[in-house]
Amino acid sequence: MSIKVLKPGLLSTIQDTGRYGYQKEGIMVSGAMDEVAIRIANLLIGNDQQAAALEVTLLGPTLYFEADCLIAITGADLSPSINGKPVKLWRPTLVKRNSTLAFGAPVRGCRAYIAVGGGFDVPEIMGSYATYLRAGIGGFKGRALQTGDILTCCKPVGNPKLHWEQLQETIGIGDYAQTTWSPSPELYPTYEHNSTIRAVKGPDYELFPSSSQEYLWTEKFMITTASDRMGYRLQGMPLSLTENKEMLSSAVTFGTIQVPAQGQLIILMADHQTTGGYPRIAQVITADLSQLAQVQPGKFIRFEETTLEKAQQLFIEQEQKIEQLKWALQFKINH
Amino acid sequence: MKDLNLDYLQIYPLGDAAIVVQFGDDINLATYTRVQNFAHYLECHPFTGLIEYVPAYTTVTIYYNPVALSRQGRQDPYAHVLIILQNALLLCSVATQTYTSREVIIPVCYGGDYGPDLAFVARHNQLTPEEVISVHTSGSYQVYMIGFAPGFPYLGGLDEQIATPRKETPRAVIPAGSVGIAGKQTGIYSIETPGGWQLIGRTPLLLFNPSIKQPSLLQAGDRVKFAAITPKEFLQRKEQQHEY
Repeated sequence: MSIKVLKPGLLSTIQDTGRYGYQKEGIMVSGAMDEVAIRIANLLIGNDQQAAALEVTLLGPTLYFEADCLIAITGADLSPSINGKPVKLWRPTLVKRNSTLAFGAPVRGCRAYIAVGGGFDVPEIMGSYATYLRAGIGGFKGRALQTGDILTCCKPVGNPKLHWEQLQETIGIGDYAQTTWSPSPELYPTYEHNSTIRAVKGPDYELFPSSSQEYLWTEKFMITTASDRMGYRLQGMPLSLTENKEMLSSAVTFGTIQVPAQGQLIILMADHQTTGGYPRIAQVITADLSQLAQVQPGKFIRFEETTLEKAQQLFIEQEQKIEQLKWALQFKINH
Repeated sequence: MKDLNLDYLQIYPLGDAAIVVQFGDDINLATYTRVQNFAHYLECHPFTGLIEYVPAYTTVTIYYNPVALSRQGRQDPYAHVLIILQNALLLCSVATQTYTSREVIIPVCYGGDYGPDLAFVARHNQLTPEEVISVHTSGSYQVYMIGFAPGFPYLGGLDEQIATPRKETPRAVIPAGSVGIAGKQTGIYSIETPGGWQLIGRTPLLLFNPSIKQPSLLQAGDRVKFAAITPKEFLQRKEQQHEY
């Protein structure tokens, strides 16, 4: 079972839920920018949540399926179509052999995820399938997809047989078939425009004068086009330290909001370095990272302050929703 | 007096899934020892919900999963982790080193194509290239942390006699294994990357090897010594690696 890359798209990389345990060796976590979306893509078709799936950015790739393949597309709406016919997101989809999946204009969000039954067959490096672009390892040959690449899938280990059989019945002579159901929209992120991103104070928050602290919570900031998987460079009211303080490098994490000397914020994203030396004014809460990962360059965000207790509660609730979805899908498969 | 540092202790959150234990606010050996002691303690005594930890100059950052703790019935995961760490600190707060540090010898071919800036470093410090090599190889360096790139060590202990500012224009490509000097720091480029350090030599060793269990050759807490080798030995070591 193989999939041929006819066009690679802007940045298409194999990702999973990240490479943990090696940050003390300087090895970044990587993984999907929108972890919720990649996990749901996998769950929808009976894969492990950690299976290797494809993250595609703004302008998606064109992929040719040589054999029938069960897939799910989640995350951003980048106008996916199979043989020219529009496809719905967030549901199991059986693609008929010799069909082509393509993408059009980005409608909502920034990154879509394509999971295939069994997951993509790529080697596990340091416990993960995620592409580590800077070191040239992991994922598909340690790099983004290129024209002519051939991707293969693992044999499904879960139990997607029922989807497959049900969809086989409805596909007929069509190019693809999708289930008539999809998970309740309450269970996955909606990626509203003009995002409010919640954050908690960072370790160096008190080093900033009250004017800068106030700007952080009241001003809007634009995600510039210089943003990538390593970090989002924001543009807005510059923030400044009360006095210039030399910071010693220390560990940072996904969602850390740093303030370099020129005063324009940087939010560290999935491919961030393991350590950093800029003052950390705030930290985006885990429950809002998916939302943040989907804000398109050129769009604005605002930060809303929340407490650590609330942030952890929201994190736990998010996990409970995914857990619920997992059970509901298992029920669906078995009944 | 460095010992004053022993009183310094701060614990604070880094978002909703990490917590930082800070042992000081400048680079010194007493703080370094406490950082490494604590990291070593965590390595030997992991707790439920611990994902990983990262030691740095003055801090150990602990990444944890609040969801794993809530499944254990913990209503307030941060408060719970705080208690675990405070207990851990009580059990490993001794200032003397409680772990065995490895000594790693890094063979380096100095000068020539491998160390194009050796002559500059020598001139800058009014030394001969041989004297620079002699000073660099007689030092013992502690690995403060690994960061910036996979397997890239931040080394302490450079003799100020050979300290040299960074290059004004960084190089676009620096080969992996290059040994450099930047101000009062010395380090080894672990992967090919752009950079502005003065390059004095290169090691045939792989500082980052993703196909082995411990991909970074060096770990925070190690001690490093450099040993000069000839270009011929450099090539031999390289070839051995390929056969390996």
